[in-house]
This record gives sequence, C-alpha cells and structure tokens, in this order.
Amino acid sequence: MLIFECPYCGVKAEETELHAGGEAHLTRHGAGASDDDLKSYLFMRKNPKGVHFERWQHANGCGKWFHAARCTMTLEVFGTYSAQTFEPPAELVKKIKKKRPDWEGWT
Amino acid sequence: MSNRIDGMGRLLNRDTPVSFTFNGKTLSGYQGDTLASALLANDQMLMGRSFKYHRARGVVASGAEEPNALVNMGEGARFEPNQRVTTTELFDGLTAKSQNHWPNLNFDVGVINNYVSKFLPAGFYYKTFMFPRFAWKHVFEPIVRHSAGLGKPPTEADTDRYEHFYAFVDVLIVGGGIAGVQAALAAGQSGAKVLLVEQTAHWGGRAVVDGAIIDGKPAEEWLIETLQTLENMDNVTIRTRIMGAGVYDHGYALGYERITDHAPETNAPRHRLWRIRAKQIITATGAIERPLSFAGNDIPGVMLASAVRDYLVNWGIAVGQRTVVVTNNDDGYRTAIALKQAGLEVPAVIDVREQVQSNLAKQARALGIEIREGRAIASVKGGKRVTGVGVSIMQGTGGAQEEIKCDCVAMSGGWSPVVHLWSHCGGKLNWIEEHAHFAPDPKRPPLGDEGQGFVITAGIASGAMETGTVLQNADAAGKSAAKAAGFASKRTRVAKADDVATQVMLPAWILPTNALPELRAKMWLDFQNDVKVSDIQLAAREGYESVEHTKRYTTLGMATDQGKLSNINGLAVLSDALGQEIPQTGTTTFRPPYTPISMGAIAGEARGEIFQPLRQTPIHQWHVGHNAYMEPVGLWHRPYCYPRGEETHQEAVTREVNNTRQKLGLLDASTLGKLIVKGPDAGKFLDMLYTNMMSNLKPGRCRYGLMCSENGFLVDDGVVARIDEDTFLCHTTSGGAERIHGWMEEWLQTEWWDWQVYVANVTEQFAQVAVVGPNARKVLEKLGGMDVSKDALSFMGWADGILGGFDVRVYRISFSGELSYEIAVPASQGRAFWDALHAAGAEFGAMAYGTEALHIMRAEKGFIMIGDETDGTIIPQDLGLNWAISKKKDDFLGKRAQQRSHMASKDRWQLVGLETLDGSVLPDGAYALAEGENANGQRNTQGRVTSTYHSPTLFRGIAMGLVLHGPDRMGEVIEFGNIDGTTISAKIVDPVFYDKEGIKQNV
Amino acid sequence: MRRYSAFAVAREALRYNKGWGRAWRAPQPKKHYDVVIVGAGGHGLATAYYLGKNFGITNVAILEKGWLGGGNTGRNTTIIRSNYLQDPSAAIYEKARGLYETMSQDLNMNVMFSPRGVMMLAQTQHEIRGFQRTAQANAFQGVKTEFISAQRVKQLVPIMNVDGPRYPVLGALWQERAGTARHDAVAWAYARACSDMGMDIIQKCEVTAVNQSGGQVTGVETTRGAISCKKLAILVAGNSGDLARMAGFRLPMESVALQALVSEPIKPCLDVVVMANTVHGYISQSDKGEFVIGGGTDMYNNYTQRGSFHHIEETVRALVETFPMISRMKMMRQWGGIVDVTGDRSPIISKTPLGNCFINGGWGTGGFKSIPGSGWGMAELVAKGEHGPLTAEFGLDRFNEGRFIDESVAAGVAH
Repeated sequence: MLIFECPYCGVKAEETELHAGGEAHLTRHGAGASDDDLKSYLFMRKNPKGVHFERWQHANGCGKWFHAARCTMTLEVFGTYSAQTFEPPAELVKKIKKKRPDWEGWT
Repeated sequence: MSNRIDGMGRLLNRDTPVSFTFNGKTLSGYQGDTLASALLANDQMLMGRSFKYHRARGVVASGAEEPNALVNMGEGARFEPNQRVTTTELFDGLTAKSQNHWPNLNFDVGVINNYVSKFLPAGFYYKTFMFPRFAWKHVFEPIVRHSAGLGKPPTEADTDRYEHFYAFVDVLIVGGGIAGVQAALAAGQSGAKVLLVEQTAHWGGRAVVDGAIIDGKPAEEWLIETLQTLENMDNVTIRTRIMGAGVYDHGYALGYERITDHAPETNAPRHRLWRIRAKQIITATGAIERPLSFAGNDIPGVMLASAVRDYLVNWGIAVGQRTVVVTNNDDGYRTAIALKQAGLEVPAVIDVREQVQSNLAKQARALGIEIREGRAIASVKGGKRVTGVGVSIMQGTGGAQEEIKCDCVAMSGGWSPVVHLWSHCGGKLNWIEEHAHFAPDPKRPPLGDEGQGFVITAGIASGAMETGTVLQNADAAGKSAAKAAGFASKRTRVAKADDVATQVMLPAWILPTNALPELRAKMWLDFQNDVKVSDIQLAAREGYESVEHTKRYTTLGMATDQGKLSNINGLAVLSDALGQEIPQTGTTTFRPPYTPISMGAIAGEARGEIFQPLRQTPIHQWHVGHNAYMEPVGLWHRPYCYPRGEETHQEAVTREVNNTRQKLGLLDASTLGKLIVKGPDAGKFLDMLYTNMMSNLKPGRCRYGLMCSENGFLVDDGVVARIDEDTFLCHTTSGGAERIHGWMEEWLQTEWWDWQVYVANVTEQFAQVAVVGPNARKVLEKLGGMDVSKDALSFMGWADGILGGFDVRVYRISFSGELSYEIAVPASQGRAFWDALHAAGAEFGAMAYGTEALHIMRAEKGFIMIGDETDGTIIPQDLGLNWAISKKKDDFLGKRAQQRSHMASKDRWQLVGLETLDGSVLPDGAYALAEGENANGQRNTQGRVTSTYHSPTLFRGIAMGLVLHGPDRMGEVIEFGNIDGTTISAKIVDPVFYDKEGIKQNV
Repeated sequence: MRRYSAFAVAREALRYNKGWGRAWRAPQPKKHYDVVIVGAGGHGLATAYYLGKNFGITNVAILEKGWLGGGNTGRNTTIIRSNYLQDPSAAIYEKARGLYETMSQDLNMNVMFSPRGVMMLAQTQHEIRGFQRTAQANAFQGVKTEFISAQRVKQLVPIMNVDGPRYPVLGALWQERAGTARHDAVAWAYARACSDMGMDIIQKCEVTAVNQSGGQVTGVETTRGAISCKKLAILVAGNSGDLARMAGFRLPMESVALQALVSEPIKPCLDVVVMANTVHGYISQSDKGEFVIGGGTDMYNNYTQRGSFHHIEETVRALVETFPMISRMKMMRQWGGIVDVTGDRSPIISKTPLGNCFINGGWGTGGFKSIPGSGWGMAELVAKGEHGPLTAEFGLDRFNEGRFIDESVAAGVAH
C-alpha cells in the first residue's frame, strides 16, 4: 500500500487515491516515425530491478499527473516531481545516486 | 467432573456461570473462560481429529498457535467452521461441534487412515492414484477431498455486519504484554500519537502468568498502574481484542478487531478491520513455545508446558492430576513448580540436558520434584488420552524404557519470537544459537516509503528472554519509534525487574537423539496436517532440499496455524537430514495474516446494493416505478426495457421499437458522457484526439467523431458540438466518460502541457433525454418556447433555448434514424422535464424505451456501437469509417499505428450487413466459415457477427459483421457456423437496413 | 528412475521408505551443453522435457537461480483452461490442456489434474455476448465449451448467489474439461523426467552474463562458473528483462504483482472453478479443502512478490457477494507473484536479435495453464530454430507489425 507525496497538492497520497501510469519520460513517436520508434514508444519498457521513473495520477485527489522515482525492489520512493518536464530534477538524480551508488544513472 | 482448582484462575469470574454446548452436550464454564479452558474444565480433552490420519486430538496450546482444537461453531447464518477454541471467549449459549470425523468424535471411521498411515507417507499421493487415468477425477479425488477439509461449509448467508475503520498514528504497537505496555509508555511520553492493540481480551501476556516481579511488585500490579497511566494520556489509545493481522508496505497495517464474537447478541458489527497507517510499528508480539519431537507427542494430554501453566493460572484448571514435564530448557520448570505449588503431582521433570543446576531446577528440587537429567521421552502411552510415558536416555535409540504413569505431558522445546509481522514486509532474521531460534535483525528492518526502517521489535519478540531485559528493550523500542516518527523522547524511567539466571538450553530436535525409524514415524511436527519427522526426512532423501520444497511436499506449516508450532522444528529436522546448519536452510516466507481473519471483515460494509458504488440518473426512480428491467452499464443502472403486464422482455422491446419508429419514443440518455473542452487551443487539441477534423466545426453545429488509442484501435465515439469559438462539448459513450476525461487530462498534463485547454466532465450536471420518432417535433412544439423547425434547427445542429419553461440545450442528432432531438437540461430538472415530456407527449403516443430498443434501432440503421462492433482490436478502417478519418491532418492519436503492415493490410475483416436467407437471427458472435483448417487444426474462418437482432421493423433477423473483403462481396452468400455443428446461410449486404437515404431523420 | 506406483509405495512403507532415492539428481554443471535453458520453472522444465522426448536432445542443462518451481509455477491459483478467443491462444492453451490430461501417466507422477470444469460468469449483457462469441470461436478451434444458463450455473454451484442485487448471474461460459492441477507437482514431475533423461537441473545457479560472438550466443556466465552452449533458451518470467539486458536486447514487457489467497480448509462444497470477471475474482476449492482465490494485478512495476491489500479487499468483496457463505470463512494466507505482461497481454515465444537465443515469457496470468503447450512449442522452436504452427503467431515481430493477440477482448482482466 504505497504512499506518494503529490507534488501539486502536497498531500501524502494513498495508493487507493492514485492511478499508476507506467514508465515516465517516454518520447511520443507520432506521424512519420519509424516502425521501431513506434514500437519503442508503445511497448518497450525499461522494467528495471531498481530505480524506476514512472507516472502517477492523483486520480481521487487533485487529479494531477506527477512523476515519481521509485525502487521496484524495495518500493522506496526517492521523490516525486512535476509531470511537465522531460527529465527528472538534477537534485533528485543526485539523491538517488547517493543512496544507490551502483545505480547506472538517469538515461 | 470438574478439573477446576479452588482459588485459582485469575481471569475467571466465578460469580457468573456460563452455559454452552459441545457436540450437543450442555456444559458450563465461567465468564472469563475460553472455550478451550471451559472444555478442559469439563474434562473434555478430546476436541478434534487430525487432517490426514484422523487421529484423536486434544488442545495443545492456549493461544493463537493452537493447531488441533478447531470446532464448528454456531448455527444457521452464524455457523462458522474452524474456530480455534483457545481464542474463542466463552459466552452464554455458545454451541460448538467437533469436526473432521464421521460418525462422531469418539468413533471416527476416517481413523482407518491412521491404521494404514505407514502407507500414507508424505507425498504418497504423487506416486499413486494414476491408473486408470479417469479414476483420479471420478474415484480417488472425491475420496481425498472428502477425507480432507476440516470444518463444514457454512450454508447460509451471513447476517452479521462488518466494518472498516481508518486509523492514522505515529506509533502502532502490536501486543499488550509487558513489552507492548512499556513501549507504549515510552512512546506515549514523547507526545507521539500511539495505538496499542492486544489480540486477546486481557493485558499482560506471559509475565502476569509467570508471576514476574516488576519494580518490586507483582507484574499484575505494575500492569494495572501502567495501563491507567496510558488511559490518562490523550495521545495514547489502547484496545484489546485487536490482532495485528498484517504489515504492508509503507507503514500500512491491518488490525482485526473481534467486537462481538464473545457477545453475539450485541447490536454492533461483528468484526472491524482497522486500516492503520503508522509512521512506525512496534511488534511486541511475544514468543511461542516449541513442542518437542518424541513418539506419540500428538496424543491428547500432551501439551505445551506454557499452556499447562496458562490453564492453571488463568483459568484454575488442572489439565492432569499427574503431569510429566519434558524440557530442553529452564522454562519448563516453571510449569513443574506451578503445578506442584497448586497441589498437583509432578512425578518427574525429564530434562534432555545433563546436570541441570539452574535456579529454577534447584527450586523444583526443593519442592521435591524429581529431575531426570539426560533423559528423553521415547514413547507416550494412551490413545485418546495420555496414560503414561516411556523414558529412555537421551543419547540413545529409545530402547530400554522406564514407564512413568501420568495423564498429562507438558513439553517445552524453547521459545521462538513471533516474527511474523516483522517479516511480512521483508524484515530479515538472524539465527540465535543460544536460544535456537530466529530473531529479527534490527539492522535489516522492513523499509518504508523513504527507505527508512519502519518496524521495531520489543521484548521477547526481539529475542530478549528475561523480564528485566524485556522491559529495557521495550523502552528503547518505544523511544526509538517515537524519535523516528519525529518526537523527541523524554528521559523517562524504565520499569525494573531482575533477570533470572538460566542454564543454557540444549537444542534437541528429536527425542531421543538416535530414535529408531519406527519412533520417528510417530513424532509429530505439524499436528494438524499430520507431518512427522519421518516425512521431513523422506522429503530430504528424495531431493526436496529447499525448505519451500519440503514444505510443499510434506504440507509442513500449511495448516490453519501456518506452522506456528512446527516451523522451527521442521527446519531443524530438515537441516539435520541435509547435514547443514539451520540458517543455511532458511525459513519459508511469512505471509499475512498472522492468524486467519474473516472474509466478512475483509469485505467490510460493501455488500448487497452498495457492493459497488451505484450511479443513477435523475430519472432513475421513474424507471424503477415503471417496472424497468435494469442492466448494469459500468456503475450505472440503465433500463433495458420496460415490460408491461405479462410481456416478455422481447415483446416489450418490440413494442418500444415500433412505437418509437411509428410515434414517439423517449430515452433517458443522461448516462452519455459530456465533456466540456475549452480554451484557445481546444480545436487543435480535439484534432489530435479525434480521427476527424474538429477545429473547422462551426459554432452551432455537431459532428460525429472517432477516438483511437495510440495503438490505432478505436476506443470511443460520439457527437461533438461546438458551443463557441473556444468551447466544445464532446459526447462520449456511457461507459467512456471517465475514461475519456482521464485520457484528455493525461495528454494535456503530460504531453501538451503548454496548450491552453481545460477539460471538465459535466456528465452528471445534465440530464439528457432523446425525443425520437415522427412525433418528436410535435411534442416539443407543444411544450413551446423555442423554434425547433427544420429550418431553425437543422439536422446536426444544436441550439440553446427554453422548452415548456425548462432551460434546454437541444441537439438535433439521431442514433435511430428517426427525427430525433437530444435535449439536455440541468440535472435537477431532469425528472420534471421527463415528466413534462410524457404529459405533453401522451397525445402523440409518447412511450419510454430502453437500451435494447436503442441498440436494435441503431443496428437497423447501420450505426456501430463501441463494444459491439469494436472490441479493442478494431480500427476505424475496419468499420467503413474512412470518411471520419481526416486526410488533411498531419497527425492524430493512432494515425501512425494504423500505418503498420498488419493494420494497413487489405485482408482485414471489414464491416458489412448480413441477412440470413431464412430470415432467422444469426447467433451472437457466430463465425463465418472458410474452407479447410489452419496448421493447428482449427477451422478456417472468414468473418464474424458483431451485432445481431430480430428487427421488429423489418420482421426478420438483421446483423452486422466483419467479413474478409466484405464490402467487395455484396450479395454473396456465406455460411455461419453454429455451436451445434449446423450452419446458417447469410447474404452480405449493406449494413444500413433502414431508411438508407436518411429521409426520416432529416425532416 | 524408480517408478512410482501404489505397489512401490507399499513396499517402501514396510521398510520406512529407505529405498526412495532422489526424485532428480543434483549434478555439478558441465562445461558445455547443446542447449542451456535458463529457468527451472514449469516452462523451462517442460521445454527441456519435450526437447528430449520429441527431438532427442538430451545434452541439456536447466539453470535455476533459486529452487526449481519456485517462481510463479508455485504461486498461482492452479487453473487450467483453454477457452480463449483468439486462434493462436486457443491452440496453445488447448494443446496444454490436452497434455495435462495425460501428464500423470506420461511423467509417472500424479500431478492431480482434475478436469472439474471452469465457468466464467456473465454478469452483464456485454459479457453474455462476449462469451457467446467465445463459445462460437471455440467450437471451430476444437475447444469444447458452451454457454450455459444461470439455472445451470446454480445447479453446478449450489453455494452461488445468482440473484445478487448488483450483478445477477446471467449465464456462463462453461468448459467442462478444464480444471486444476497440483502446481508444484507439475514442476517436480517434469524435473524428475528430465533428470531421468540425463539432463542436468542445476539449482542455486544464477546466470550473470550471456556470452556471444558474431551475433551468436556462445554460453553463459553463472554463479557456478561459465557454461558454453550451442543454443540458449530463456524462460524466466518476471526476470526476462534482466536476461534480455544481458543478451543485449529489450522486450515489450513489464513485471507487476498478482495476488492470491487461500481460505482455511473446509469439506467439499465447490466442485468447479468459477471466474467472475465483472467483479474481478476467481475461485476454486483445492483437494485439501481450501478456497484458492485469485484477484487482480497492481498497475505498477514491482519485484517484491507482495502487493497492495486493497486488491485483496476488492476480490474478497466480490466473492462474498457471489458466494455469501464465504463471509464466515477466513483468509488463511495471502501472497503475491510477479507476472510479466506484454504489450498485448499475450506471451512471447520467439527468436531474439541474438542468434540461437530464444525467449519464452510474458505469460501474465496465463502461465501455469500453458506450461505443457508452451514447452512443447518452445522445444520445437529451439530444436529447429524455426517456429512450428503452435508458436508461429507469438513472435516479437508482431509488435512491429501491429499484429496483436488480444484476449482482453473476451476475458476482461483475469486469465
């Protein structure tokens, strides 16, 4: 029963308030994309054992989408941040790196 | 006969006798009894039968770890199987029946399994019952099933209530022994919000039974004072009868409260499931005594030493008159001493250790108890009750036994901390050699949402074995939990108690050490599931070396007690058989719940009508009042049809279709999704969402649109109305409103966040009524207030105005092919408007119609239905909807996906109409057959039916379907298969069966 | 191999079972095998078995990082059915079901396949149409199913409330020859048979790297040393992503938790398997008497083998509604398994970008029921290097082509 702090409304949101939206920071490949790019965009997922950047929606709360960095092995949440961004905040990346020195880093 | 001892029984209220029945016999006990103690008081030692061999079984423990004594309890709607007598508080009128036997407890035919038990070792069923092949299902499995199982199934619906309860605390403490109480005090004094729960009805745990001295006074006194202090603290809540059932991720815990189990006539919910969110959780869950493995250790009368002591001290019961104590540690002596002091006989303490010189042993000797050192029980005499034990030397094979007569054996194999809650979420364990048990490793706790440890153990649950250490440890736990939850701990005093010096235990996993095979085959590890030492050894020999393999092969620890008594002993025997250390073998995974919890409590209040949220339109009550047959559509209930008198559903639907086509039909279309999309970029946004162009729609006009997923598949459709330059109103399907609203938000928030668009879901703000049929305009004109003529409001137009005094928005759209207006009014006026339409429409033949008539009319007209023509694998191109796919737009969701080879293929099945040659109705979902079979031997097909109805308008079956190259094969007759092997011939036709020219809707 | 029989059990009983040897050998890994299979779950072991039985390839090692059968093979709700809608699914699940029917005899170990019948309840008009369509499809796929009435449902399952106020039962899709089997025994039976053919099952042996040369696989590095091989087959379910990374390719796959629970055992009262997709829950009664109950999956990536309690609540709520008597029974144990789900929720049985390296995974919630069929088809793919008809549609290429095998069409959430 996970909890995340919604970066918009500041609420520590229960999993039952949230809707999981899968891997974050995917690049949309629309018209004109190659078959491979389209496949990557639609289906290929990192599915890491460890740090995962992902999307959540505070569906039964403020309704906003946000991003989270979470460990899929321990379920630790390293932080949440705005969904209106192309990459995680540098300080969050730094924080994770400190906690998980073996982590390959944000790519 | 009573086994009560006068003057003993600290939990009993002897002034209040309680009457109950066991197997039909009326017995009596006292308030404060458990069912177990009351049965023992009535000398009812035999309480059940084991799972596999149907051996006679008595109670072995006094608490939640009890594996044997499970009963069928209650009657009728309150019947419940597998109730553990040790955790069932006695109440007046309780009825209990023993289980897993036939015809009765004393004489059980199933015991034949016991006599042939030699032939039924672990996993025998994997090696047998294979021939003939069908015999497993028809012969062997039924026998196994009827022999297995424990209690009887309940037969009636439960009439009790259950509820859920939320609690948010800084520190949750599970366990109300002295450790939990001390931890609560320490945490509470820091100011943290504390919840302390105890699974039984009583505080104090073992310390009060064993007469510990705390702060120079009896533990009981200290307890009462400390509980009073806690009661007086506003930030501390203490509750009994709540079991910590499970610990889940991020500080979530379940509390299982049994509110009225002990008082079923109380007007209150039976169970309450506490959903607790705690910053820190302290598990002060105590420890469980282990049995010892010796031949015949399952015979009724063989009990845990601590349980014998509990029954004596708490309930004033002499389980036996002559009790032999067998032990591998000092704690067993406490039982011997307590019994002796109560005036009962203790012919011997059999201690597997050589030369026992501890304080407790000395105390026992001083009382005149004989201690047999370096000895073991090699056999237990008796069948349904112990009559004696055979004693041999520990370091032997079990020969040369000396018999000691007794009617009770109290065994003590050492104590294992209760680590379940610690382990549920990944807390790790260390093997502690000194005590031969697994204890929590405080360095590797379960991790919370920020990676912090969130569970701390206190007292004996940490492995602290003596009173003084327990209190110190619990105080520290309380303080660290409070600190971790953000509360500075105060320097408060810890209660003091002296630790008793003990002599180290001897981990003795089999008695005697070199017991012969015939003895090992009678040493029970898992009492309920009948797993013996020999079974574990067999599993090891056969290569089931992983502890999980052994567990699964032998069923060790898989019974309702989940191995609380058997796990460590089983692990030890397995490790020994494999020649490896116990930590190397490891444990099986601890899973919630700690003890079984009722399904009723898990389900909570949500049952019957409110099992799920129910959505009703403003007109719902009218439907109910008019005998509507309702169908669930998502969480909505919609009228399927309105049968009148003796009408069948089909007759009602036919009437509704005919009336709508000929006169005037009214449909409650309020469930239709209504989304407002507004902003300077609204048109651009909708151009991305819909396959067709929306940005060039003129205010005042409507357009039918399709939405696809990024994967190209058609997901929703509906009519879009442009309200003004910046504003659109998008209709979605009834089931799609929330989904599509979410979909829009997702794109706006996560991809096109710089676009200036807002979306609002106004589905429930408006009631919507479809006014349909040749008389539709007449009724609106009668209501009056706005011009609804063809010129003023043409097909696919909309207008705001007033009708019959109601503020309305009228859309001139049609899903039936008739002259049709869909009219939205504020939800609060929906019912009044509906009534006004009926009143005004009476003279024009107004009649409500339901969803089935709606479906038939749309099918007659060849309109697709999301969910019928589509199923998540269909693209618009399959449905002949190319006209609704813009060629002008660079991009829209799904466009690129639809260009992939399989989607662009000319060989996709495409939408056509289907007419059976004989006029019959094609079966739902029927497939069009093609020649031959595929490589997997499956019949080739070339299409399928997507919608099929009897058309009351055309007096024949009509259908829509997807057919290979269908649109190019008009007029061709193809064969549809039926499940019974017959086929039905149908002609491929245009999917529009009714009014192809659109004359009727466009008047 | 010591044959199992009632006679053998009796003979051994008389000498305290001293004569029973290991069900499977515990060999040291050799330096080289023709085929290395990663993953000794049901799928890996079945693949090995059919490699030997159908293709005579027995120089095979099956590597397992934990204990054999310890993944989803031992964590599922043991349902076996083949009433799938799409042709490729129906073919492979029906192949599996057929092999389950004779598995006990074929492998000489009783896996307790119990063809007690599986029903999928229709509780909306939409479900009625969906299941009627499935029954139609099945009729021409060689899968015997029928759509039965609510009355028939009640006859088959007297403890069911078919007249609930919210979702009354309107009928059901019924597959009489579907059922359950003893999940652990399936892995053990295959392991024993593989070992008997001379294959090496190597437990506690984790693959740490995949070796390749010139685009072809050459072997693996493991915690028990390097092992070379001509062909590599990866059948590791939730760990597919890890192995794929080692082999240098990516997969359209994610790992999520699926939860299940069992009640305390009671005497028999539920003789068939019931699945209710509208309310999300499925249930059967084991031979031991426990209700085995499965529910939904979490929507987030998870490798912890535990899930969120609200799914348990939803499932139990649905079942209390459908089987009111369950309210007074108790949940004895809940657990989670990690299921690997693909972009179209159907499995991948495929060649990979790495030559002679094959993958089989993404079974989602359908893994157990498919084991023999999956192994049969995978063995053919590994042995021949090309798909047979059974697996032809399950290749990775379908994600490029937009050629999906989507079962959610008919089945809702649960498999």
